Formats: sequence, C-alpha cells, structure tokens
Amino acid sequence: MKTTIPVEELVTSGHLACQGCGAALAMRYTLKALGPRTALTIPACCWSVIDGPFPYSSVKVPLFHTAFETAASMASGIKAGLTMVGKGDTTMVAWAGDGGTADIGIQALSGAAERNEDIIYVCYDNEAYMNTGIQRSSSTPIGAWTTTTPPPHHKKKPKKNVAEIMVAHHIPYVATGNVAYPEDWIKKVKKAKEIKGTRYMQILASCPPGWKIPADISVEVAKLAVETRIWILYEVENGEYKITRKVAKFVPVEEYLTKQGRFSHLTEEEIIEIQQNVDKEWDRMCRLAGIENKFADRL
Amino acid sequence: MKKVVTGNHAVSFASKIARAQVVAAYPITPQTQVVERISKFVADGEMDAIFIKVESEHSALAAAIGASAAGARAFTATSSQGLALMHEMMHWCSYARCPVVIANINRALGPPWSIWTEQNDSLAQRDTGWIQYYCESNQDVLDSIIQAFKVSERVLVPSMVVLDSFFLSHTSEPVDFPDQDKVDEFLPPYKGEWVIDPDNPHTFGGLTGPDKYYELHYMLQQAHKDAEQVMDEVHKEYEKLFGRKYGRIEPFMADDAEVLLVVSGTPASTAKQAVIDARDEGFALGSVKIRVFRPFPRELVKEVCRGKKAVAVVDRNYSFGNQGIFFTEVRDAIYDLEPRVPVYSYITGLGGRDITAEDLVNIGKAAEKKECDNPTWWGVKL
Repeated sequence: MKTTIPVEELVTSGHLACQGCGAALAMRYTLKALGPRTALTIPACCWSVIDGPFPYSSVKVPLFHTAFETAASMASGIKAGLTMVGKGDTTMVAWAGDGGTADIGIQALSGAAERNEDIIYVCYDNEAYMNTGIQRSSSTPIGAWTTTTPPPHHKKKPKKNVAEIMVAHHIPYVATGNVAYPEDWIKKVKKAKEIKGTRYMQILASCPPGWKIPADISVEVAKLAVETRIWILYEVENGEYKITRKVAKFVPVEEYLTKQGRFSHLTEEEIIEIQQNVDKEWDRMCRLAGIENKFADRL
Repeated sequence: MKKVVTGNHAVSFASKIARAQVVAAYPITPQTQVVERISKFVADGEMDAIFIKVESEHSALAAAIGASAAGARAFTATSSQGLALMHEMMHWCSYARCPVVIANINRALGPPWSIWTEQNDSLAQRDTGWIQYYCESNQDVLDSIIQAFKVSERVLVPSMVVLDSFFLSHTSEPVDFPDQDKVDEFLPPYKGEWVIDPDNPHTFGGLTGPDKYYELHYMLQQAHKDAEQVMDEVHKEYEKLFGRKYGRIEPFMADDAEVLLVVSGTPASTAKQAVIDARDEGFALGSVKIRVFRPFPRELVKEVCRGKKAVAVVDRNYSFGNQGIFFTEVRDAIYDLEPRVPVYSYITGLGGRDITAEDLVNIGKAAEKKECDNPTWWGVKL
C-alpha cells in the first residue's frame, strides 16, 4: 500500500500520553511532516507531561519547556537566537494546547503574529484544560460538560474561533486539522514549512478522559467531527479560504455529540441549537471559500 | 572617548558595545529612550542584532530567554510595572541558567501612579536567582552592563543592572566610552554549551521530581558563590584594560570612620558629599556603597562594618511588615561581629523624594546617638 505519510518517527515510544490521546498523534504527524531540523517550545499543557519526566524525552528534536503564556514569545526569541548563531534554517514551532492559545497565551500569540515572526504556531485543541483535569477553556464548545462547567451550568457560549482571529492578523497561512485526517494535516504542515512568517495551525485532538469517550473510538469520534461539520478542515493562504475536506453527505451533529459523555446532559433543544450553529458556520465558510453550500436548504 | 550622555543612553550604548545579538523590549517610562535608541542602532545597521518589538514585558523577557537558550547574547531593559510583569520569567531565566542581562530603571510602583525612583521594583525580584548591580553614575551603568555580560556568561546566572529613575536615566553626565576592540577583547562572543540546537537535540526544563529539583537549586546557589570570585577577577581585568576600579562594595573614607552610612544607587554619590561635609565639622562619618546586591557581599560588608560605633543603613525601599531591605541584609551579615556593631535602619526617598547630603549627615548623627526606631521613616510628614 502506498502511503503519503513519512516513515521517519521523531516521537518515540514510552511517552506519557493517555490511551487514545489525540495530542500524541498530532505531534507524531507534525514532526513526521517537519523532519529533524525543527525546534519546539512547549508551554504548560498536556505535552509538558507527555514528553516524559527529566531526564527522558520522547521527541528527537530540541525542546524548550516554557511558561504557560509564552509559547509565541519564547518561539520568537528562540528563532531570533538561532538566526543570530547561524542556525536560522531551523523550523521553529510553538506547540500549545487550547488554554495556552485561546486564553492565557493569546496576547503573546497576537503579538508574534502581528510582527509576522517566522514561526509555526500549532494549537492542539482538545477543547479544555485537560492536563489539569478537564476545566473549561474559551475553546470549550457550547454545551460541553467540564469540571468547571457542571450541568446545568454547562458551557453556554460558543467556542472562541482562534483560527479566524489569526486570519484577521493577515499572516500568510492559517489552517485547521484533525487527528483523524493525517494526510490532510501532513500536507498542510509541509506547506506551512515552506512559507516564511507566522503560520497558525489548529488541530482537533480528541481526548478520551476529557470527552468521556472510550479510548478505542478516539479517532472515530474525531472523524465524526469533520463528517458532521462541527469541525471544518480548511486553510487560509494569504487571505484565500479553501475547504480542504468538502462534506457531501449530511450527518447530524447528534451522532458526534451522543458518542461523548461530556454532552450527555444536552436536551433535544440544545442539540437543535448546536446543529443550527453548525449549519450557519458551514454556510459562512462556503461563502468565504467561494463554493456552493450543498446544505443550504437547512438554513 | 568621553561623551555627555544620560543613563538611558549609557544603557543603549553598553548593549551595542557589548554586542548584544537579540534585544526584546517594551517601552515604559523612564526606559523609553533605551528602546528608541536601540531601535535606531539596529535600523542604521550600527548594531548587528535582531530587535524583537514585543507586546509586553512578559514577552520581552520570554523572548530574551529564548534567544539566550539558543546561544545568542540577549538583552532587555525595563522598569517598575514592567519588571513586575516579568516576574514569572525572572525565575524561568535563572532556573534555565540563561545569562540574559536586564537594565532596570528603578521606579516606584503604583498606585498611585509614580514615575520617580524607588528600589522596590528590583528588590521584589531579590529571590528570583539573579545577580543585581546598583549603579551610582552613568559611567557605572555603562561599565556594569559590559561586566555583567561577562560574569553572567561565566557562571550562567542572569544579571540585572539597576539605575535610578531620572537621577540617572534622564541626567546627562560625562561618560568614557571604551573602544570597541578593547571591549571585544574583554568580552568575546558568547559560546553557550547547553543550547537549543537541532544538530545536538536536548530537552530543557522537563518535569523534574523532588529527587533532582533540589540539587538544581543547590547548583544555582553555587553559581552565585562562584560569581563573587568571578566578579573580583572581572573587576581587576576591567581596571587593567579600562583604568576604572570597581568593587562589589565601594567604601568611601570608611577605614577611619566611627559611623558608617550604608547606601546604594545615586545616594551613594550624595553620601560622599555628606561624608566630606561631616568631616569638615569634625564628625568621623564614612560611607559604603553596596554595588552588588546579589550575590550579597556578606564578608565584605562584615569587614567594612567591623569596629564601627554605629552603622546607618539608608534604604530607598521597604519590606512592608518588616524593615528596610538592605538593612535586614546588612544586619544579618554583621550579626556575629565581636564586639557587636549597632545597626540602624533609616527609610528615605520613597517615590523619588530627594535624599540630600544634609539628610545623610543628620542620619549619621542620629545613628551615633542611637536615635532610631528601627526603622525610622526619615522626614515622614504626618
């Protein structure tokens, strides 16, 4: 069988991720795409732990652990330092969770993007503070249970759309990904590698303990996120939108939600509201990408 | 070559002549002229550096740490609220053993808003593991920054060079600018041994249990200890190359003094005038400037205080709920002197209020008469 996924492994076995962890897959695919001439900086997030305790590490590229809100600023500094010591050809990656991106790190991220720092910023989005035990972040979707959004106080406001915030920074490349679509992701990461300037990439990383799903359906659930269109795979290159995975068949969002314990309290009305949000957002994205909305009759 | 420059310009020139390779800084009064001048140096091609114009001081220090961790010589400058915002990364920098140098312009923290000098901003960073220099003049500022890079890179401990808001930052003084080739001889390029390098990949700062963390801090403390000797060597080398003598402490007419003023920053200069005035009146006053506050020069302080009738510590800072900060450090250092030396705490000049030579003579006289409430808030208007 022919595969487009590079064979080289830069994430080793022995890492500390939970069973079925989407974030571990995300790193594995990303480093496969980038190759060894890469440096990572990781703020507080699941990956601070997944990498392994001192003196172990499960990545074969240099990794500088950093404080929670500094992924983008630290990456800016490392890239400048590498450039001044003659190693500026290194691909510099800031690798942060959704809390470190959408919440505490958004100021540094916005600053780096506005300066168009020559870095790739990857947010692996598992939609809550999973490392600290499932507390809500601004990237937690509407309706979700977390330990700080217990029903009936489950999250009432939609997920912050950081990808769109990054598009508004006029950076050369913004893309979304999903751990169930490694080929789509690897293609995007390879494209990002060849672009200079700030590249923002956000990959949906399923989280069995946080989403309350069995580990063995982690990829299946992530896949349903794309099939139900609650997670859209797209890229924005110099302001041009392109949906990279067009959905032809209607799959109700309910199929995605009901597989996950974090949505088990939702009422029928709430599920209808989420479906309406999905339909509206898909329509908006189709317009931006200049393609026909095959589900326009649902609006 | 001598030039008449402000303390801010001395900072900027020092970073240029020290060949800082990455500067990341955010403007704040009274430091703004530093970011302006360095921006121009880099724009004009006079300085071979990348200037990262970050969106906050927190990011400034984070970026400087990143640059240093990648093996580049990194510099930043800030003041007051900005330094307070950096606090988390102050720890990160020293624990990661990144030899970054910061120039901090002492400015009182708000509220109420103040832009005038006070040491609480830098002293609040006392326990972050950084070396701290307190400067008396613009020459001291320039020389200290050059020396700080050398010391920091030798012992892998970051340094903060501190100067008073306005009294130095915006006051012009003649400053001798060393020749670039001599500075290059004194301060060769930084060669980091443990750096982020794709050709030799390592992970830095990963989760570390109680079994190892403790030893890492012991090693940082040992590095502070080593820094004392390195500083003494660096001061000798600096004097030989540039003709200017520096110490970790700098006594002035202290040997034959009966009463000793302990001072830091620009009041050290005022104290020299106070000593001269007191001697004219027949009062045996002397002074000692604590130039290096971390590592605290315990042995030197102890020796200079030995046998004095009284020691008066003048603090432009305060640790609320306790005492002046230099005072507690000095008293701790001289506690076991035999015979015991009485030491008194005088709080002065908070929020930039003037400290005059007359104040300092009178503080010396009060200490001689044991007139002190430990602390005495000198001249407080109630």
